[in-house]
Amino acid sequence: MKFINLLKIALKALNNNKLRCFLTMLGIIIGVASVITMLAIGQGSKISIKEQISEMGSNMIMIHPGNMQRGGVRQSSDDMQTLKEADYLAMQELPGVAAVSPTVSSSGQMVNGNNNYPTQIQGITPEYLDIRKFKVDEGSMFTEHDIKSAAKVCVLGKTVVDNLFPNGEDPVGRVVRFNKIPLTVVGVLESKGTNSMGQDQDDIVLAPYTTVMKRILAIDYIQGIFASATDEAQTEETIEGITDLLRSRHKLQDNADNDFEIRSQQELSQMMNSTSDMMTVLLACIAGISLLVGGIGIMNIMYVSVTERTREIGLRMSIGARGIDILSQFLIEAVIISVSGGIIGVILGILAAWIVNIMAHWPVYIQIWSVLLSFAVCTVTGVFFGWYPAKKAAGLDPIEAIRYE
Amino acid sequence: MSRKEIIKVDKLRREFIVGDEKVKALRGVSFTIYEGEFVTIMGTSGSGKSTLLNILGCLDTPTSGEYVLDGISVQKMSKNQRAITRNRKIGFVFQNYNLLPKTTAIENVELPLLYNSTVDAKERRERAIAALEAVELGERLNHKSNQMSGGQQQRVAIARALVNDPVLILADEATGNLDTRTSFSILTLFQEFHSRGRTIVFVTHNPELAQYSSRNIVLRDGKIISDTYNDNPLSAREAYEKLPKEND
Repeated sequence: MKFINLLKIALKALNNNKLRCFLTMLGIIIGVASVITMLAIGQGSKISIKEQISEMGSNMIMIHPGNMQRGGVRQSSDDMQTLKEADYLAMQELPGVAAVSPTVSSSGQMVNGNNNYPTQIQGITPEYLDIRKFKVDEGSMFTEHDIKSAAKVCVLGKTVVDNLFPNGEDPVGRVVRFNKIPLTVVGVLESKGTNSMGQDQDDIVLAPYTTVMKRILAIDYIQGIFASATDEAQTEETIEGITDLLRSRHKLQDNADNDFEIRSQQELSQMMNSTSDMMTVLLACIAGISLLVGGIGIMNIMYVSVTERTREIGLRMSIGARGIDILSQFLIEAVIISVSGGIIGVILGILAAWIVNIMAHWPVYIQIWSVLLSFAVCTVTGVFFGWYPAKKAAGLDPIEAIRYE
Repeated sequence: MSRKEIIKVDKLRREFIVGDEKVKALRGVSFTIYEGEFVTIMGTSGSGKSTLLNILGCLDTPTSGEYVLDGISVQKMSKNQRAITRNRKIGFVFQNYNLLPKTTAIENVELPLLYNSTVDAKERRERAIAALEAVELGERLNHKSNQMSGGQQQRVAIARALVNDPVLILADEATGNLDTRTSFSILTLFQEFHSRGRTIVFVTHNPELAQYSSRNIVLRDGKIISDTYNDNPLSAREAYEKLPKEND
């Protein structure tokens, strides 16, 4: 039996009943498309929830000099100076650290013309924006070059802008003074509102840490280091890495206490992890149920479409088709229907996810594995349930098959 | 005269198990059909004629006995070999035509040849056209089966039976679903093929048809009760022409 003849027979049979062929394909199309769309929406939500928790700084790590935390006792200035700029520079090389910035801060009066406002100036590097999830709204962030040259520049928070520029002037490019030191405003931060503790997160002035260290505070140590771990789940390991690094840099004996303190947002990162796990389980359920429903639909329509053709099978056998010819024909039909249905389903699924994204503004994220999984499961189900009843039909007695009603 | 034996059956028995009972459909049937005979096999329902037809058509195998088709024993064949035998040596004509729905006449006729890999596409088409011309449907090659009358559909079925140039045409109540006039036109066709040397076995319960064949075998309760030759069969064409033309 020539394959080309079988192919012709199968194509003619498909062509003869376009409606049945289309309906069968529809089962597969819907099965594949729904799985892809559901998973895309689910995955999009998962990522968006993760991002929102992450906004709150779930992967943030804060390092402070040790004695600072011990209340009024033994707060000698020597003890407070355990963190050096070199510690910060060394941490940049550490694996698992996504961003790191030293902090030095000073309180003071911010003045612009006859407007003034009491606030705190933070000496940091541009990476601080990533760690605290700040964004520059107008103007731009100061640069590494500004840090090297301890440039007299700053970036203002919204609250500070509102108080210094009450008439809505553009603050970018203007010169303001902080404790009599003139600073050029290079950017304005996007408003973040208050945090969960009720603190105004927009009441902030950012400047290069070198500027704050040398020109405002005149110190040679740093008051703290902010870092972020590359991954929430890796926060603990990253903290350990930082601890080891700082201990060896500070030449501490094995039995000596840390001369610094590391804190992280453990509660947040735990919430993040449990939410993420829950979403993963939810997604697996959605995928499983969609695939099951799609698979059963395909199973039914394939089974019925072969069974209703029993007579045709009987006729083909009586004019000389062997069992293997019948089986091959139905298998070719099933493969054509399943594969083309699967491909159309993938296209439709991606399209539907895209439409959901455009119309409903839901975050969607299409993962390649969901496309492959749904395509594979539906196609294999289609082929199997095309093959299985065909195998039964091929083994039928042609007399019974041709008299089948 | 040594004519070629097309069918030789010897002490053919076929039993079915229905529930606890053993039904004996054929109880030792023996006959030989030579090339160029037009045999009607007759019998009431339950006589075993359908069972015999199935066995002759290589669709079924006897419980015991010998069946030799065109010199080859069918008993020893595997299922696949029987399928190939059906494809190359036998042309079936069924009572209910059994054409593929929504398929053109020519595609229906080409079907047996699609299962024969020794025939290429060009030859397939030529032979299908020739077969349809032989049943006077040369004008309707591309008509679909559901657009044709019963008589036309049966002609397509006959063309399909002829297309593989079989040694035997097996008809199962081939005129059973047709009105008298159309029946005679189909019968005329069979007589024509007979006159050109085709071997035809026509299974029917209609006793009238015996007058138009060259030999008549009657079955009852799984046994042959008569096997008579008819040297002067009636002409179906004459009967057809005598019938009144459609009045309305």
